[in-house]
Amino acid sequence: MAKFNKKKSGDLPPVNTAALPDIVFMLLFFFMVATVMRENTLKIANILPVANQVEKLDKKNPISYIYIGKPSDNYASKFGTEARIQLNDDFADVSEIVPFINQERAALREELIPFLTVSLKVDKKSNMGIVGDVKQELRKANALKINYTTGTGDVSANAE
Amino acid sequence: MAKRAAPEVNAGSMADIAFLLLIFFLVTTTIPKDSGISRKLPPIDESETEPPIIRQKNIFTVSLNNRNQMLVEENLMEIEDLRAAAVEFLDNNGDGTCTFCKGKRDPNSSDNPDKAVISLKNERETSYATYISVQNELVAAYNELRNRRALEIGAQKGFPNMNFIEMQAKLDDVRWSGNKTKLKEVIEQIQLEIPQKLSEVQ
Repeated sequence: MAKFNKKKSGDLPPVNTAALPDIVFMLLFFFMVATVMRENTLKIANILPVANQVEKLDKKNPISYIYIGKPSDNYASKFGTEARIQLNDDFADVSEIVPFINQERAALREELIPFLTVSLKVDKKSNMGIVGDVKQELRKANALKINYTTGTGDVSANAE
Repeated sequence: MAKRAAPEVNAGSMADIAFLLLIFFLVTTTIPKDSGISRKLPPIDESETEPPIIRQKNIFTVSLNNRNQMLVEENLMEIEDLRAAAVEFLDNNGDGTCTFCKGKRDPNSSDNPDKAVISLKNERETSYATYISVQNELVAAYNELRNRRALEIGAQKGFPNMNFIEMQAKLDDVRWSGNKTKLKEVIEQIQLEIPQKLSEVQ
């Protein structure tokens, strides 16, 4: 009998944590692969409107982003409260769009240039005036593929 | 000298390092969610050619004013009703050449989906949110007709119970095992039959 009793020695054996680093590394790699570093710091308010007839932006094709919106609080004193354009990291004028597109094109491989899509990330409180100006400039730059980037949801949410 | 085994590296803190990295990536991760309404801008036309004349009854005018009110064919309309009105206009089939339309064949509305043009006009003060809502409803109207057509053609061509949106999704889906060349033909046929003719007034 003593032979059997011996095993019941009170304490639980410690949990083996040898595989813990492996699990953590697995998670780490997942997030490393899934991570997209934020390319631009936004200096403007940028709440996108919603739509439900949306298409996914194809990541295989090159995308350039143009942000439009009211300058955020930190910049309101300097740049006012009227909607402005942001290209890369800084405020820009409408006239800077053509050089911006040309610069984006120069950075691409030649065969990808015709597939360049311009994603317009426009704050929902902006007016169409500035969007129309941007569209006109894009036509001048011959960047005709555009995408009004939106969230997904019912359009009735836009009215607020 | 006695042969000494290399001391084992203490890997106890490896988990800590990995955790640190993990937390860094967790915090910096923004899962991209970009999707939106794709449009093609018209190229700037330098030539002096006269634009083709489109009969008034084939144009569906939508205009937005600076107070975000919408005027459709000269009548005030709410955004909720726009989709149905646009579908009715596109599906009208005034000259009877459209074989799949189910419209009223009103002689004062569009001839067929190929000739029907939706013209969208906005002012500088129109809000972007309203503009997107209207764009969305117009795209929805086209999709509604295309979906209906896809269900008809799909049944004949071997893609039953699949609407237009699903067809497009399947075409992009690498895991889908169906006949993609055939599916592409069906999609192109539908796009040809019901083209998105949406013109914006500058």
